This record gives sequence, C-alpha cells and structure tokens, in this order.
Amino acid sequence: MAEQKPSTAIEAVESGLAAQGYIASRQIATAVYLSQQIEKPILVEGPAGVGKTELAKAIAAWRGKKMIRLQCYEGLDEAKALYEWKYAKQLLYTQILKDKLGEVLGGAKTLHDALAQLHDFGDVFFSKEFVEPRPLLQALEQPGGCVLLIDEIDKSDAEFESLLLEILSDFQVTIPELGTVSAITPPTVILTSNSERDLGDALKRRCLHLHIGFPEQRLEERIVESRVPGISQTLRRQMVGFIHEIRSLDLKKLPSVSETIDWARVLVLLQVSELDTEIVKDTLNVLLKYEADIEAATPQVTTFIAKAARSNVFG
Amino acid sequence: MRENLHRFFRAARGAGVHVSPAESIDAMRAVSQVGFSDRTVLRDALLLTLAKSQDEKLALGDCFDLFFSQPEPRQDQPGTDDDASQEADPSPSSEAASEGGEGHPSEGLGPLAQMLLSQDRNALAAAIASASGAASLSDIRYSTQRGIFSSRILDAMGLQRLRDELDELTATNPALAERLRTALDALREAVRDTVAQGLALYAREETENLRNEILRNAPLARIERRHVAEMRALIRRIAQRLRERYSKPRKRQRRGHLDVRRTLRRNAAWGGIPFLTAWKRKHRDRPKIVAICDVSGSVAQVSDFFLLLIHSLHEVVDDVRSFAFSSHTIEVSEILEKKSPEEAMAEIMSKVGFGSSDYGSSLVDFEKDFMSTLTPQTTVIVLGDARSNNLDPRADILRRISERSKRLVWLNPEGRLAWGFGDSEMPRYATFCSVVRQCATAQQLERAVSDIVATYQ
Repeated sequence: MAEQKPSTAIEAVESGLAAQGYIASRQIATAVYLSQQIEKPILVEGPAGVGKTELAKAIAAWRGKKMIRLQCYEGLDEAKALYEWKYAKQLLYTQILKDKLGEVLGGAKTLHDALAQLHDFGDVFFSKEFVEPRPLLQALEQPGGCVLLIDEIDKSDAEFESLLLEILSDFQVTIPELGTVSAITPPTVILTSNSERDLGDALKRRCLHLHIGFPEQRLEERIVESRVPGISQTLRRQMVGFIHEIRSLDLKKLPSVSETIDWARVLVLLQVSELDTEIVKDTLNVLLKYEADIEAATPQVTTFIAKAARSNVFG
Repeated sequence: MRENLHRFFRAARGAGVHVSPAESIDAMRAVSQVGFSDRTVLRDALLLTLAKSQDEKLALGDCFDLFFSQPEPRQDQPGTDDDASQEADPSPSSEAASEGGEGHPSEGLGPLAQMLLSQDRNALAAAIASASGAASLSDIRYSTQRGIFSSRILDAMGLQRLRDELDELTATNPALAERLRTALDALREAVRDTVAQGLALYAREETENLRNEILRNAPLARIERRHVAEMRALIRRIAQRLRERYSKPRKRQRRGHLDVRRTLRRNAAWGGIPFLTAWKRKHRDRPKIVAICDVSGSVAQVSDFFLLLIHSLHEVVDDVRSFAFSSHTIEVSEILEKKSPEEAMAEIMSKVGFGSSDYGSSLVDFEKDFMSTLTPQTTVIVLGDARSNNLDPRADILRRISERSKRLVWLNPEGRLAWGFGDSEMPRYATFCSVVRQCATAQQLERAVSDIVATYQ
C-alpha cells in the first residue's frame, strides 16, 4: 500500500466511493485516504443534507464492512453508548444458582471461610457474559473491523465528548470491572457535526477535520446523475443551475444536496423535460422548508430559470 | 523538507491557526503519506490535519498559498533545496554557480556575479532561499527589521565580493559592470520581496499579540477610528472566551439535598430500599440582564463595545434587554439583534444619541415604560459617566430599580478620581448600587461582564 503513489490511491478512493453512488470531491477522498493511512477518525462538519452520514455509509459499502451507527442526542450516556450490565440476567442467574452457591459454601464453617471461598470464584457476575455491548463497544469487538459512525456529535453533552476521547485516540475503552478492551481491528471512525455547538479542542485535535460545503455545480450535476439516473442532461443542468441561484439568496435554510436529489426525483416523476415557472413554483416546497423562504424565493423564480438556462448555453 | 514544514507550522501559528506539537506530528505523518509531489493533495492533507474549523481552514489555505507561492524551485527540484540548506553559510551558492558558470565570458568572477549574469532564475531563487535560511529569516518580528534582514541575506549571498568585483569591472569592463549593476538591483528587489513575505508569514503572531495587548488596555472612549474594527474583533474574541467558560452546564455543582419523596417512589419496586437515589437540584436563576447605556458623546463608544459584547453572549445569557439614553430612554434590543453592529449603532445614535446627557429624565422614562422588565432575577447594568449636567439626578428612581432587581451594577468609564467632581453624580448613585466599577478598557470590560455572568453560575 505504501508503495502505491498517493495520488493514484486517492483516485482509487474516489472511484471506489463513486461505485457506491457517492461522488466525492478531491478533499473528501484525501481525507478518507489519510484517515486510513494514519488511523485517525474524521470529523465531518457542514450544513445539513450535504452527505455527511452518506459518506460513512458509502465507505462501509465500498470496503464491505459493517456499519455501526451511534446517533447522539442530549442525555446520551455511557450506558447507552458504551456498555451496560445485564441487570436482569445477573439477578436471574443469582436466583438460579442459589442452590449451587449453597453447595459451594456448604463446607465453610465460618463467615470468613465462606467469603474466602466466594472470592475464589472471582467476579462471576461481572464477566463478559453479562456485558451488554452498546455501539462503541460493538465497534471495537468486530473482528474484521467496521465503520463506526458517530452521528451529530454536537447534539450530545460535553461530558460525552470526554468519554469518546479514549476510543478516538487509542481505539480502546476501559470498563472498570473488566479492564481495557482494545479494538481487534481499528474501526474507521466518522463523526458528524452540524456545528450546533463548538466541540472541545481535545476532541477536534484527535480527528482529521473535514468540512463539506455545498458542492460546485459540476460536482452536483454528477451527484444528481449518479443518484437519479433517469433525468435528462439538459434538465439536470438547468435544475442544478437553478439551485445554485437559490443558494445565493439569504434564506433561513438553504437547499442542500439531499434536497437537490429529492427535487430531481420529483421532476422525473412529473415527467418534466424543461424547467418553467409554473412547475418550479409548484414544487418549490420540495426545495425550501420554510414558508418565509418560499415567499422570498417565489418572485425570483423566473429570473433564476432564465439565468440557469443562460449558463447552460455557455456551460 | 522537514525544515520547511516546521517553518510552515510557525507561519500557520502566525496566521492564527492553533498548531500544537501533537498536531504537527499528525501533519508530519500525513505528509509522509502523501508526499510533496502533488501540491493540491499536500494542501488538503495539511488543511485536514491542522485546521479545526472553517475559519482556520481559510486562514491556513491563504497561509499555504503564500508560503509556497514564491520559491518555486522548492517544488520543482526539492533536491537542490535540501542540499543548499545543508551547506548554508560559507558559500551558499557554489553549487548553483557550478551550473551556470561554465564557458561564460566572465571568468574569474565570484559565484554571485556569475549567477546574476547567467540569469538562472531557479538557481537565484534557491540561493535566496538558502541565504534567508542562513540569515534565519523566520525570526523576523517587526516591520522595522526588514532592512537588516535584507542586508543579512545579501551578505550571505556574497554581496561584499560582488561589490569589489563591480569596482574593478567599472574600470576594466564598463559594459559588463552595467549589466551586473542592473542584475544586482533586480536581486535587491527579489530579496526585499522575500523579506516582506517572511514578515507576512512569521511576524503576524507577534505583532498581533502586541497590538491586542495594547488594544486591551487602551481607553475605549478615546479609541482611534481606524482601530474600531480591530476592537470589535477583539470584543468578539472576548465574547467567545466568556461563552466557552460559562456556557457549559455544571451538573455536579447543582446537586442539592436528597429528595426523599422521589427516592422512595423510585425504589418502590424494591420495597422502599433506596437502591437508586434521587437528588434535589439547587435552583439556579437563568441569567437575565437589563442593560441601560448612556450613549451621549462622552461614553457612546464604550456603550457600543459593551452592547456588542453583551449581545454576543447568546449561549450564556439569552435574556438581555438593552436600553439606550442620553436625554430620554428607548429600548434598543431589537435593533441590536437584527442589524450588524455598525448599522445598529448608527441607528441608535440617530434616535437618542447626540444629546447632552440627562440622567434624571432618562431614569424617569425608564421607570415609566420599562420598570416591568425588572424581576428579582434581573441584573441591571448601568453604563455611564453619571455626568448629568447639574440636572436633578433622581437617585430615588435608581433606588427603586435596585430594590426590584437582584443586583445593580454600575460601570463607569471614568477613573475613580473623577467621580464626584464637577457634575458627576456618581457618589449619590453609588449608594444604591451593589457594585460600582471602572470600565474604561476592554480588559476591564471583560472582567466586569465575566463577574456578572459568574454570579448566575
């Protein structure tokens, strides 16, 4: 692998992801390549719907690995993210094993002897069998490695970030009763964030920082082409051009790639061959998610279509 | 090449990108993976490992372009550069000279002269690069050092010998001397550019720190117009620091006594044996701030910065209402929320600014219209010099404001010595304030606001 020229390796990443229907820009491919080479997680930031989560899925599909996803939310804690003891099972087993315990301890004369004998059995009830692995621990236990997606890390609490640090830098977790569990094969870790709050420096330092913005027109056309194959080239150009015009407006929520793809699907469904004012106005609610945004954009529709058509001639 | 990377890290720090040793190690590892052959890949790799936010990416991208813009030979023939930087001082350009010196009419001249005459751009650029390494250009800090670094670089390149040769040649071969002189001028220019670039790359950190230090302690009221934008940037950074410090919830501190009822209820399944405990939470007020700012001529600038700061603290204090007055009071919260700081301030000034201050009637206005904004959780901050032009100060209203609110903080841009002299009513107001402090510089402003927010933690 090291013998391979980096630029060809990066192109290989690009085409590999493209085969999974994910058209990656050069930066994205470089990040994926580097994260594999120097074994670092990638922290992906960017507006909603530019394909942050999709990237993890594509990597998993391309490498043929399992994807384990941890969706973050406020109040997410160790027990839900890392591991939990199976309390019910522990209780049940103590009940069932009561007689057995009686036998074992039967020979003991004094309380001290009983305790000593009990110690010989070790921590039976705090062994691996009673651990319920949650996504993070699961990811470390995959023998063939996996893609671990920690989605929307900015939604979790600040304490949870600190919990992640050990896993991100050393690919291991420490369970007080069991000791340290290291990854069999280091997983590829992808963290996504919508920049809802600033992440801690310690977390950022452990990751490659990748920012995915809105794609350039050409790239977006290729994305639409790969995702919505039924769309004609002229329409594709027009609609992507139109969306780029829309993004120049000052809106509450700008349409992102996922909206572009949805819109392309809608246009194909409606069997539209060319954009016109009517059809755009009717389907604007696919692109814009706020009433105020739709109101702001509606008067501009005609000019934007004209502009998109004009750029078509030259592009 | 490692040397170059290290210099790049220093330049990156100068550009405001935080590069810790661990990050530089990561960057080194990444670079060793991708190599130097493809500049865009190298750029991406460095951006990925070093920059931690979109702003930093932009800054670092610019820095990268600047850093790798001029010395092209570094990219074309990395070999020469490595060799040159090793042999460094005594005859930095001997190797380059051997390339261009053969079969030239100018036999017997020094290496620098031969290089200049052969017009070998690559060799010249490499020689400048290695000479600037020898002169440790990366230590440049202030723009006043440009001259000395230029001459150091030229000396390292062998200027002295060239001068001697020039003197000789003027007598023996005037035409050649003339050519050499033009070439030397061009060289001087190139060196000057290199030094200017070095200054832009390496000196930024130091100068910025120095300037910020000066700005932090400069009196806000008398700040020069050209520094206003920088001051705003500084205030924004202060706001960010305060946000980081106070926005994170502190759970442990909030835990109060055992909540017996909830504990019993929660453990009903175990027959009331308390396996799981429930704790009461200490009640903590959400920060509520009412800011009343004097925007008459003397304090307008300070109020401007203060309002900017308090309104950039959304994560910490979401409930801020601001009022501005000089002779009467209006609410300005909305203007500040909706508009950019510059526009907002202009609008506020056009509405209530430019009057002579009348604290009495402004307080009357406040009591009449906005007294209902005050609750027992509110901190009221009054910012002003308390100079009421000998009009009735109406300190009784301030007493009522103080009684209705949690705390009343008065920030006065004037020094303590001036309080109470002339038309200053500060001593009369001060009796009703929980805290009175001077607030003339950005540093004092930061401390004042920090203390106010801390009381809610």
